[in-house]
Amino acid sequence: MGIILNDDFTFIVQGITGREALNFTRECLNYGSKIVGGVTPGRGGREVYGVKVYDSVREITEQTRVDGSVITVPYQFTPDAAFEAIDAGIKEIVIITEGIQRKSAVEIIEFAKMHGARVIGPNCLGVISPGVCRFGSLGGPAEDCKKAFGPGSVGVMSRSGGMTTEICNALTVAGLGVSTAISIGGDPVVGSSYAELMPLFEDDPQTEAVVIYSEPGGPMEAQLAQWSQDNNSRLPIVAFVSGRFMDDMPGVSFGHAGTVVHRKVDSPAEKIRAMRAAGISVADLIGDIPRLVRERTGG
Amino acid sequence: MRFYEFECRSVLGKYGIAYPEGGLAKTAEEAEKLAGELGCPVVIKSQILASAAREAGGEKVAASPAEAKAAAEEILALEIKGLSPVGVLVTKPVESEKEYALQVTYDAVAKLPVMILSDVPRKNLDDVADDTPERITRRHFSTLAPIRTQVYTAKELVRGLNIGAPELNRLTQIASKLCDLFLQYDLTVAEINPLALTGDGKFLAVDVHMDMEEEGRFRQQGLLDEFGIPSTETRGVRGEPTAMEREAQAIDAEDVRGLISPFVEFDGNMGLVIGAGGGSLTIFDAVTQAGGKPANYCAIGGNPSVGKARRLTKLVLSKEGVNKIAVMSNVVSNTRADLVARGVIKGVLDLGLVPSEVITIFRCPGAWEADAFKILDKYNIDYCDRTVSLSEAARRAVAKLDD
Repeated sequence: MGIILNDDFTFIVQGITGREALNFTRECLNYGSKIVGGVTPGRGGREVYGVKVYDSVREITEQTRVDGSVITVPYQFTPDAAFEAIDAGIKEIVIITEGIQRKSAVEIIEFAKMHGARVIGPNCLGVISPGVCRFGSLGGPAEDCKKAFGPGSVGVMSRSGGMTTEICNALTVAGLGVSTAISIGGDPVVGSSYAELMPLFEDDPQTEAVVIYSEPGGPMEAQLAQWSQDNNSRLPIVAFVSGRFMDDMPGVSFGHAGTVVHRKVDSPAEKIRAMRAAGISVADLIGDIPRLVRERTGG
Repeated sequence: MRFYEFECRSVLGKYGIAYPEGGLAKTAEEAEKLAGELGCPVVIKSQILASAAREAGGEKVAASPAEAKAAAEEILALEIKGLSPVGVLVTKPVESEKEYALQVTYDAVAKLPVMILSDVPRKNLDDVADDTPERITRRHFSTLAPIRTQVYTAKELVRGLNIGAPELNRLTQIASKLCDLFLQYDLTVAEINPLALTGDGKFLAVDVHMDMEEEGRFRQQGLLDEFGIPSTETRGVRGEPTAMEREAQAIDAEDVRGLISPFVEFDGNMGLVIGAGGGSLTIFDAVTQAGGKPANYCAIGGNPSVGKARRLTKLVLSKEGVNKIAVMSNVVSNTRADLVARGVIKGVLDLGLVPSEVITIFRCPGAWEADAFKILDKYNIDYCDRTVSLSEAARRAVAKLDD
């Protein structure tokens, strides 16, 4: 079944009338996802590909069960949109919006924690369980998405949306396939880290291994290494760390906002060392990932 | 973005945190005059965005205004890590009885802001945590509750080092004020190190460091205006962009469809037309691991127009010594592979070159790939589909550099 999502998972899209949201709403519907409403303040009463648009989240949650929300509103309005969804009782929040403040992200995550909600992102593309549900914009058009994300046994977590697709495609081409893939976001602070999502994969019978894609910057890989040492997980983990060339470039940011080496723990070299010491296989080449997964699962 | 220390002192002043008397001098003459007004000796300190300026000779003590002038001249001419000072800070020296280090920053694991206090001053706090963990203490605080409801957490922080009267209450106030201004000004780091306790029982911020998040700039226009920081002033640590990097920025600015930035020039001979965010990092590494030397970094994303891909290609090939390029990306969902293919080929043709000779590999599988493959076939360009990994494609590209 994978994690977070199920066949009956329902969600809404906040900012549904935006250009990007229109595209992924259509493609999620084409994929078979159950979108039970959209929100754009001031646009209530319209329809988007048959999905009703409302002015507020509560107008939807008062009449139907809503499991999740995908938020893609301009960065200034993202915190309020997230607070609204969480306060209305929605428990799975995907924040696609890029460029939101670190302080805002922390506020949203703190608020979510108080209400028992989970935040994926910000600056991510969402979650997909191939053949079950697509929750966000991973994989682009539904037909392309099906090509890159075949169902299978590997859980994937990635700090890059594009590399989520790349790695899932490689696992699919190799015949391994994907249980659930999560684009966790490229910002310095994200709602759900590798280590926080691992227990979900641990409890998922479909998942037999986990692949993570990581980048320079931040303590999430060290946290995963620690988790791996503290928990006798049944799941082998294969990691790939990009941006190795940034080891010699402290303070410089490439790509995602979170990709900057300030401290020792931030550098690819240190991440690789810590994860290997914790028994995580680190692929030197991106093309080695499927082979390492096979080796570790005895497949 | 990083603030200069004289700006940080101004921020502290708004919250009633004291610092050594003195001010900014932009010239040696101003430093001499300030020294005379303050009374010597004075400390002359470089105002520069590089860290560890003191160790690099950016700080001197002067016993007279004339000495202050000479010291300022020297420091103003001193480049540190390729950066130049914008002035010198001239202050009264501080005789401290005891020194602390106080920092507020974000803890990305707890996903909360955290205040950190140590009685080991003048040292990187990460190193203090590694070397003498018993002399450092931490407390998280909330971004949702007002600081006035969390002052006790600052007190708990100070008690964490077993500090009692009379410092306890004063340090508690300073720590909670630093938390307050940290949130107010969208900072990612606010550090006073050292925070000195003087003989008369006062605390002074002897050295201050503050970083504001880039994403906070739009909210902090008032502060930036007050400091006279224009929106064009990036204060990046990468230094001034090269001519090529400026040209890449111009290409992005002229056409809103898609992005090619960040574009960064490197020393190698393999031109890279690559995307997107994480893909570019991975491809750059893959090319390096295959023995190639990239001439540039770029990150195509958001479905750039044919024109943009064309101009980027010409820009990459304009660098001396670059006569081959690799066109690669992760499996794309949004960016159209056919538009990239057309743009790149046009760019090569514009320069009077042969696409099949210049383009070592084209590996951009995903949206509209079938159309891309048709165009690539027409020009006899070596390409690969989604079954070929980025590392394998990079290996094939680099192998052609010796041809």
